[in-house]
Amino acid sequence: MSKIAVMGDYDSIYGFASVGLETIPVTLPMEAAEILKRLKDERYAVIYITEVLASQLEEEIEKMKEEPVPAVILIPGTYGDTGKGIEDIKKSVEKAVGSDILSGDETKAGDGQK
Amino acid sequence: MAAGNVIPTRMELTRLKKKLVTAVRGHKLLKDKRDELMRQFMDMVRENMTLRKKVEEGIRQANRKFVIARAAMTSAEIKTALMMPKQEVSVDVSSRNVMSVDIPVFDIKTRTGDAADIYPYGFAFTSGDLDDAVKSLDDVLPDMLRLAEVEKACQMMASEIEKTRRRVNALEHVIIPETQENIKYITMKLDENERSSQVRLMKVKDMMLKEAHHYEM
Repeated sequence: MSKIAVMGDYDSIYGFASVGLETIPVTLPMEAAEILKRLKDERYAVIYITEVLASQLEEEIEKMKEEPVPAVILIPGTYGDTGKGIEDIKKSVEKAVGSDILSGDETKAGDGQK
Repeated sequence: MAAGNVIPTRMELTRLKKKLVTAVRGHKLLKDKRDELMRQFMDMVRENMTLRKKVEEGIRQANRKFVIARAAMTSAEIKTALMMPKQEVSVDVSSRNVMSVDIPVFDIKTRTGDAADIYPYGFAFTSGDLDDAVKSLDDVLPDMLRLAEVEKACQMMASEIEKTRRRVNALEHVIIPETQENIKYITMKLDENERSSQVRLMKVKDMMLKEAHHYEM
């Protein structure tokens, strides 16, 4: 039985406690790397991280992509979103296919909505 | 190219021929694996994209509501209200094998089934905006959990596809042509050896005939 954690600055994540996720407020990136490692060792299944914090932990997150658990998922915070979540999906498409074929779809879909 | 460092013997030829057969078969299998992985990946990644957009939008909206809630209450009050959560979410992790990639499957369990348990506070001292904010966050939660599953699967499949593609290319463009080249080299060398010994034998025969019968052709 594994748990789910949410990491990020306090303001972005405190609400998640009420819906039953474990919130871990982090401000210092140095600290964050350690905490992330600890969460991995404690076999957390899913770790949500705000995009702002994730941009300082790229190396660690990249490493965890290869392993089945934990799943590190980026979420938007209250400030300073980098759009890295969407960016990462495009990156994995590029990795698999060789070129970004999703963006083409997306512009088409966007046009359709307008 | 690589023909320089093979020993032109019959044994080596047999070995190389066997290697070629294995390589061709491996190439075909890996290519099939890559194609199937790619097909599943495309389905998965599209779902990933729509889910992510939905989740991001949901969380942004929830955050906006939390900001409003904070405007009506002090942060100390909010902190107290959310200090002891009633609800708890845990997951059972199992795995599903998709073309030799172990994709995690999350089975979500909540501690209490009561939908009202997302409000861990009494309603007397909190603003209604906070209820609203918590509710909107609870609404995105199922999508968030599904996103975790799908996105992880996509990441793992992407790296597996990359690996497989590299192997397919290595077989197609390096190993198979190289082995064919070597086989060709050995066959030609062996033929050449055979011809030269044939000629030598004929020559010797001529010399022997000449010696025995003073006979010249």
